[in-house]
Amino acid sequence: MSLWSYANPVRFMGATRPLVPVLGAVAAVCILVGLAWGFFFTPDDYRQGSTVKIIYLHVPSALMAINAWFMMLVASLVWLIRRHHVSALAARAAAPVGVTMTLIALVTGAVWGSPMWGTWWAWDPRLTSFLILFLFYLGYIALWQAVEDPDAAADLTSVLCLVGSVFAVLSRYAVNFWNQGLHQGASLSLDAEKNVADVFYYPLLVCIAGFVALFAALVLLGTRTEIRARRLHVLRLRERMADA
Amino acid sequence: MIRLVARDLALAVRAGGGFGLGLAFFLVVTVLVPFGVGPDTARLGAIAPGLLWIAALLACLLSLDRIFALDREDGALDLLATAPLPMEGIALAKAAAHWLTTGLPLSLAAAPLGVLLNLAWPGHLWLAASLLAGTPALSLIGTFGAALTVGLRRGGLLISLLVLPLYIPTLVFGADVARRGAEGLDPTTPLALLAAVTLGCLAGLPFAAAAALRVSLR
Repeated sequence: MSLWSYANPVRFMGATRPLVPVLGAVAAVCILVGLAWGFFFTPDDYRQGSTVKIIYLHVPSALMAINAWFMMLVASLVWLIRRHHVSALAARAAAPVGVTMTLIALVTGAVWGSPMWGTWWAWDPRLTSFLILFLFYLGYIALWQAVEDPDAAADLTSVLCLVGSVFAVLSRYAVNFWNQGLHQGASLSLDAEKNVADVFYYPLLVCIAGFVALFAALVLLGTRTEIRARRLHVLRLRERMADA
Repeated sequence: MIRLVARDLALAVRAGGGFGLGLAFFLVVTVLVPFGVGPDTARLGAIAPGLLWIAALLACLLSLDRIFALDREDGALDLLATAPLPMEGIALAKAAAHWLTTGLPLSLAAAPLGVLLNLAWPGHLWLAASLLAGTPALSLIGTFGAALTVGLRRGGLLISLLVLPLYIPTLVFGADVARRGAEGLDPTTPLALLAAVTLGCLAGLPFAAAAALRVSLR
């Protein structure tokens, strides 16, 4: 029994049916606990005051904004190579979630930047690359909606996703070259010994777990909806054929 | 493949439209700028490199949707697809023809238009050089965008949404070459990076465009 067996839509639907509410519940609990812990039970930062607490929304959403694109890239590759429809539909379902995460990251960043940097927006490399990522998401979603034939749409968006990934990385470094930034370095990285002070770190981890679960739940829900929409479409076609 | 390029060139020259239109658009945008930001020569000189680059980029964008659309309408694209030339070659030839009809004239026209915007002297040469090095990338990316949208009825608007974000690296490096040239700094680093972007596009994008074309013609 390999992972690929879930490429069968029937088995996928069966396996994910109980998964969606579970993941949704995990997401709700983690986000509620993490945010409440972060907002009310951690001290203010000695320089940033209470504004530091926006980290519990900003960092997880920024993380998921990038990971959602990465997931779309993997799903697009799977579609192009192995032609599993579930994969293409999962990529499609991830895009609106990703664009929302990007928007949350941009808005919370602006809200934090206003008191801290004295400006809502700066043409800083990180901010700019996120804005570019937002544009890439918009183009991807627009292409999905413009192409009528579902298989052609999946093919074209997959190719766009691959090319877009290369250009997104390229833009990231081009923008670095173009302007030096205000944004601090990475708050979290796997190879750093200590990332953030522990009082802030644990609620942040809970929030990140919550966002990951939320993303998974929303993508699964979206994929299931897409599969049902496809089935409905086929049933309608069959009905029309029977009538004719 | 060379014959396909020659055919596209002949079509562009004889049928009119695409060839002069991009250049005229470039001129009009450049003339409009002082009305928008005021006639102060110092300010115009400061924004000239970036503005000329953006104007050239938009002029390139104008003619993108006709790269494949006309051939698709009269069925020539289907014939080309059955020709012995691989699809990658068709995409490359189309991009080359697009560059020869828009990118090349734009690069040549940019230096004289720099005078209108009070571009500092050595900047003209660097602007022309950066456009020469950068516009092939614009044509290649545009061909990819055109291949993605060839089957769509309202592809014209969509193509700008798809292609403009992809233009960002080229614009960043290209405008930086022109800016550094105008300010008397050494522009070779961004010029090398710009050339790298163009060569990378040349190596990879014909394959992506061909893949998209095959899907659209299926």
